[in-house]
Amino acid sequence: MNEMLERLQRDFSVSEVTACPPRMTTLKVDKLSAERLIRELRDREGYTHLNFMTCIDYIEDNIFTLVYMLHNYDEKHSLGIHVDISRDNEEMVSIHTLWAQAWTYQRELREMYGIRFPGSPRLDEDFCLEGWDQIPPMRREFDTKKFSEERFGHREGRESEEPRQHMKVELYPNRGGDEK
Amino acid sequence: MIKSLNTEDTLENAGLTEEEQKLFSNARPQAYEPYPIKAVEDFANWARANSLWILAFGTGCGAIELRPLMTARFDASRYGVSGRPTPRQSSVFVIGGYASVKTLKRIVRSYEQMQGPKFVICLGICPVNGGMYFDSYNTVNLFDQYLPVDLYITGCMPRPEVLVAGIMELQTMIKAGKCNGANRYVENFDWYKANQKKVIKNWDMPDYNW
Repeated sequence: MNEMLERLQRDFSVSEVTACPPRMTTLKVDKLSAERLIRELRDREGYTHLNFMTCIDYIEDNIFTLVYMLHNYDEKHSLGIHVDISRDNEEMVSIHTLWAQAWTYQRELREMYGIRFPGSPRLDEDFCLEGWDQIPPMRREFDTKKFSEERFGHREGRESEEPRQHMKVELYPNRGGDEK
Repeated sequence: MIKSLNTEDTLENAGLTEEEQKLFSNARPQAYEPYPIKAVEDFANWARANSLWILAFGTGCGAIELRPLMTARFDASRYGVSGRPTPRQSSVFVIGGYASVKTLKRIVRSYEQMQGPKFVICLGICPVNGGMYFDSYNTVNLFDQYLPVDLYITGCMPRPEVLVAGIMELQTMIKAGKCNGANRYVENFDWYKANQKKVIKNWDMPDYNW
């Protein structure tokens, strides 16, 4: 395991290796060498399974972090690959040639975060959202509550009968329940 | 008994292409008029109340409660309730919990295809005010803006017992002739349709699905 990590650090621009023993390690890799690294892991190191692929929006640092979770069945070990991409140029190499199922994830990321994966099949078709006309909803600058109230309306909750507030209103009706 | 069809007032079906417009009806929905003799109408209502056929369309997480309802423990067949695979044969639409916009489109389409008289039961808190999805980007908050609701069963999630209680309440209401949600839908058709089109942006189906 350590040999492999050392080899990876030597050959690729890997930084920040974080071990989460006993079954998982995450490492951060440069955007340009990420696809090459993942291909290497799949073909040479036995990480043949793509568990999932997702994205984290770090709006404060102006980056999206893509997470590729790979699994090695022989060693029962998972490897998380973190790739930072800029929010200004949200584009990443598609890995649908490595795992055919990746294009579903990429389609979802395209819809939810607006990340482009050139060459990925059916990328611009609607996936979960139909006829979406706003900025991608999982981006953190998207205000879901405001959007929900504007489009779907809002219904007030039932009136509170919390005893303390109720007694205040009963005892001091002229002051609107304020006993000052 | 159905009112005679007014052929002059038709729907636009603007969401369809010109070719598709020839394939779909553009007639407006028609209101149901009760039988002139009250005893006959009462008898019809009694029959309706005791043969509630639920559309087997699980629209949200609450659909999980419909399965135990049908099996031996709660055995909804006792009340004449049964599941139906197609909207053409069913009379009750149970909205099982939240309705996302994508599902709402299918709900509208299925509801309009159901034969009258038809009833809508909303299960759970989500169709009332959004519930825990009150700030979601794809879940409607006020379900009664889009379809007429006859009965709410609130809770998250309501157990099958409550659903049985709700069905019995619905039966009582039908027997009393109070469940006329389908007529409300026809009378306020333009309002409902405008609300539906406000949230369903890719409207590529007829305005009324006969």
